[in-house]
Amino acid sequence: MFLIKRLTSFFTVIFGVLLLTFLLIHLVPGDPVEVMLGESASSADRDALRTELGLNQPLLQQFGTYLNKLAHGDFGRSIHTKASIAELINTRYPATLKLALLALMIGLFVGIPLGIYSALKAGRWQDILVTVVSVRLSAMPAFWLGPVLMLIFAVWLGWLPVSGMESGASIILPAATLGFGLSAILTRMTRTSLLEVLNDDYIRTARAKGLSERVVILRHALRAALLPIITIVGLQMGSLLAGAVITETIFSWDGIGRLLVESIEKRDYPVTQACVLIVALSYVVVNLFTDLLYKLADPRVRVA
Amino acid sequence: MKWFSYSILGFWVLAVIIGYLFRLDPNLIDLNMVLQGPSVQHWFGADDLGRDILARVLSGVKMSVLVALTVTVITMVVGVSVGMLAGFYGGKIDSVLMQITDIFLAFPGILLAIAFAAVLGPGLGNLILALCLTGWVSYARLTRGQTMSLRNRQHVQAAESLGAGVPRLLFRHILPLMASILVVEAAYSLASVMIAEASLSFLGLGIQAPNASWGAMLRDAVRFMLVAPHYVLIVGLCLMSLILAINLGGDYLRDRLDVRRDIP
Repeated sequence: MFLIKRLTSFFTVIFGVLLLTFLLIHLVPGDPVEVMLGESASSADRDALRTELGLNQPLLQQFGTYLNKLAHGDFGRSIHTKASIAELINTRYPATLKLALLALMIGLFVGIPLGIYSALKAGRWQDILVTVVSVRLSAMPAFWLGPVLMLIFAVWLGWLPVSGMESGASIILPAATLGFGLSAILTRMTRTSLLEVLNDDYIRTARAKGLSERVVILRHALRAALLPIITIVGLQMGSLLAGAVITETIFSWDGIGRLLVESIEKRDYPVTQACVLIVALSYVVVNLFTDLLYKLADPRVRVA
Repeated sequence: MKWFSYSILGFWVLAVIIGYLFRLDPNLIDLNMVLQGPSVQHWFGADDLGRDILARVLSGVKMSVLVALTVTVITMVVGVSVGMLAGFYGGKIDSVLMQITDIFLAFPGILLAIAFAAVLGPGLGNLILALCLTGWVSYARLTRGQTMSLRNRQHVQAAESLGAGVPRLLFRHILPLMASILVVEAAYSLASVMIAEASLSFLGLGIQAPNASWGAMLRDAVRFMLVAPHYVLIVGLCLMSLILAINLGGDYLRDRLDVRRDIP
């Protein structure tokens, strides 16, 4: 029952996302063709582009054509380079995925242990230190944290490449930029969640049974405490994807975020449209899986 | 923490006033000073056109706060109206409105704002419009949930049976009870709108030159990072201190007003 309901909403949302991205190009003030080609373009060029984009057809028919093309994996062509957008996305998307996954790893492996440590030392100076640092970190948006990391590790220390993606080490700084923000959030969430669980009766029971503190924390408390983290991670994947737009721009990382920014600068709206669509769809799919995973992981929800 | 937050906010208000008194000119170009570090003359140093960074930071904070306040007020009014309608009437209206918010929420973070700003074109008005188009959703969600549970409270039903109209029910009997939650939400959204505005300006989609904005300054600063690291560090620290102060202020408000999201 849950599955049917969840899938229905999944498909409605996908339809809505398609509709909204389709309408984007119609939000351009004035004539989108003129904005894209510039005022110097000949009227023959304009008519050609208008026909290519199907802008002279009725709106509903345009939407139909748009959906039909997408269903066949056809995203159209870039206005400036005439390259196939599907191919552009194919070459750029894996880079973003790689970046987001590494950032997620950093977020999880830094955030959760720190959160546990902080909860175990609750109220002591270690806890306060971790909390203060993570609060500060979460107030640092990517376009500020990124340059700072770049300045320290690439310019002053010279340990890592400044930008680009030539060497394998190039991914470290952009991934750290994205990952640290996430880890700060995960630290605070893990701490709160674990502290709540530690007050529960079954933890007292486990301790009373004489289990070692290690087992109590790792086997009993953590299992329950990490459940809400699944949802947080799913939601944060969204900020990772959106944050990638800025991080990729700073570090010249050729992912889909940079493609989006480049297309905006060149007013290449079909590419912009496709990038927005792909990122949004990824997020919707991740959210679906998060929800399903949560159901699987939590026996209490599974029954309901 | 409360005093820490207040003192940063107070510092910024004071700084802007002092900026007025000393008539710092954010657009005064001095090519002898290009990318110079902090000095007695220019406390924060100078940017790539030799303009005083302190003056530009102060003019940027005004712009940033102006945008954040405008967007917060507009999104709140729209979001609360939508949320109250959906929560009060329920049924078809509710499911249609919530379906729409679901679609907006499907775009992660500031992606939709980037998309709107990209097609609308750069400029202050379009920047505000793009942020408003995406910002109302969280208020709508929050208000809907609150309205749904408050609607069945006894005092609302009593007022209803005494013949109170819908506007009276909504504005006299329901809205005041969720005011504190909305205030806290607004405090946090002030910070997030500021970050969103800076992000868009950083991408070149927001406030345009010669007007100063922190996002656009950071964009320039990153370009000259190798020769003038003070530029990026100073602007970034300013931005961070303000965001932090607003968030801590939000935390304080939340504790003070005893707001817990799930209990109306």
